Amino acid sequence: MSIRHTAALAALLLLGTAPFAQAADKPTDPQIAHIAYTAGVIDVEAAKLAIEKSKTKEVVDFAKDMVRDHEAVNVQALDLVKKLKVTPEDNATSQALSKAAAEERAKLAKLDGAAFDKAYVDNEVAYHKQVNGALETLLIPSAQNAELKSLLETGLKIFQGHEQHAEHVAGMLK
Amino acid sequence: MQKRHLWIALMLAAGTVPARAETIQVTIDRLVFSPATVEAKVGDTIEWVNKDVFAHTATVKGSWEVMIPPKKSASLTLKTAGPVDYFCRFHPNMKGRLVVVP
Ligand SMILES: [Cu+2]
Repeated sequence: MSIRHTAALAALLLLGTAPFAQAADKPTDPQIAHIAYTAGVIDVEAAKLAIEKSKTKEVVDFAKDMVRDHEAVNVQALDLVKKLKVTPEDNATSQALSKAAAEERAKLAKLDGAAFDKAYVDNEVAYHKQVNGALETLLIPSAQNAELKSLLETGLKIFQGHEQHAEHVAGMLK
Repeated sequence: MQKRHLWIALMLAAGTVPARAETIQVTIDRLVFSPATVEAKVGDTIEWVNKDVFAHTATVKGSWEVMIPPKKSASLTLKTAGPVDYFCRFHPNMKGRLVVVP
């Protein structure tokens, strides 16, 4: 491992973007597309669990917003990869993200009521923060195609908005 | 006829003819309200034109909220004077301001 890679890895670890740490090597556009899509799918799955389990209106409404926005971003992502004739490529980062998400969902599935609400919303804040960090420091700077970069930039604004929205919901639960 | 024209001319000169209510457009593109700040008068209508595939809102805390569906427009007629800051409830990082004069 070169010094540069070690530095990039350390920087990512410091940012708390653990699953992204494995992507210290610059990801390619097909890998970036796959990571961004996977990040969206993960949030939709967590939201569907919340819609099913939570009885708190603010939490269910928030979860429905997450489903709506992330599905909309992913439709755009699929349209773009089709247009660019890029095949999203599975990679270590996507796999690490999916694995961490499956663990989190298993944890959430065991909780109920206020404990579930709190754990879900706190995880939403942390998860959006993590994805924002990865978008800003790794995915956007690595993207080669201008349209992909632009979609990721819109995705970043959506994720930043969701992070603030989740913080607001977390504040209401207290 | 003659008299009325004169009357209108006088009113225009004195600036007492109330200006007609306008519709002012605010475009939403990639989570940005533009222009971010709009100056308007009471009675004017703000029309938000949403170019995004995402739903947004224009919300003033404790006051009004306008829902703006994806690829649609939504309007609000201004009833009270004063500056107000609004934001999108779904994406609170989206912010705008209306400066409403009487
Ligand atoms: Cu919004």
